[in-house]
Amino acid sequence: MKKQILVLLSLAASAGVALAAPQSFDFKDPKGVNNAQFKLDAPLEAVTGSANGISGTVTFDPEHPGATTGKIVVAAESLHVPNPMQKGHLHSGQWMDVANHKEISFEAKELKNVKTSGDTTTADAVGTMTIKGVSKELTVPVKLTYLKDRLSQRVPNMKGDLLVIRANFEIKRSDFGINPGAPKEKVSDTIELTLSIAGAAPRS
Amino acid sequence: MKTTLRTLAAVLALGAVGLWLATGASRGWTKTSVPVKQLDAVTGIEGVTYEKRFVPGVDFLGGALCASAMVAGLSFLFRNQNKQTTNTQQTP
Repeated sequence: MKKQILVLLSLAASAGVALAAPQSFDFKDPKGVNNAQFKLDAPLEAVTGSANGISGTVTFDPEHPGATTGKIVVAAESLHVPNPMQKGHLHSGQWMDVANHKEISFEAKELKNVKTSGDTTTADAVGTMTIKGVSKELTVPVKLTYLKDRLSQRVPNMKGDLLVIRANFEIKRSDFGINPGAPKEKVSDTIELTLSIAGAAPRS
Repeated sequence: MKTTLRTLAAVLALGAVGLWLATGASRGWTKTSVPVKQLDAVTGIEGVTYEKRFVPGVDFLGGALCASAMVAGLSFLFRNQNKQTTNTQQTP
């Protein structure tokens, strides 16, 4: 009897460890909802657009959200603005040069100032932002929401968890060589970025 | 010819202004797609998709009004048709 209890306890403990283990969340969204929005608000003109070619992987441990690391990639080709001429300029060599620099990425190496309340964690993600081949160290305020067992609500017949990441931050286009000579009163040097993405960690 | 060109210019200007007003009088650049936001109920994420739609902006309006002005200006190159009135009164 004692032996059986011990076996049961060890099984329960190992299950607990398995559940608490870091999970890998894939951000390639089959529903195409994940998006990154950008805004350049200059005195003479405001340019707004978005990109939905999001992919990447984030390792998240619900027991230790502060240990989160990962990389989010945005396909440069998916950058879209509603005006076709502006889109042509945006994709051109002078601006984003999407033919030669196919990816925009942010690789989070560590989280600082981590605050967790229930399923929600806010933190400052420290990592490397790469745009147009230029990499810069950046600190991005992020909000992580862990949705346990909610994957089946998005993707039928698939069990697992969801991780929602939201981030609002600014970068300077001149820092990344995005047409630094363009007049700032016409095209703002500050790019406001809003990231709203959900990743899935399926369980068998 | 002169009247035809002026009528064409007026139709072009009125048509452009009418289209611009009817599609929301957008004061930005012309758009060929418009963002449509969809809320994902599970994650709360507001996804953005683009729907193909032509929304004329100030560039379209300006271009159309310039074209209209050019057509109207072109009409000044044509002379008025002189109506020759001949007095064919015959004296008895």
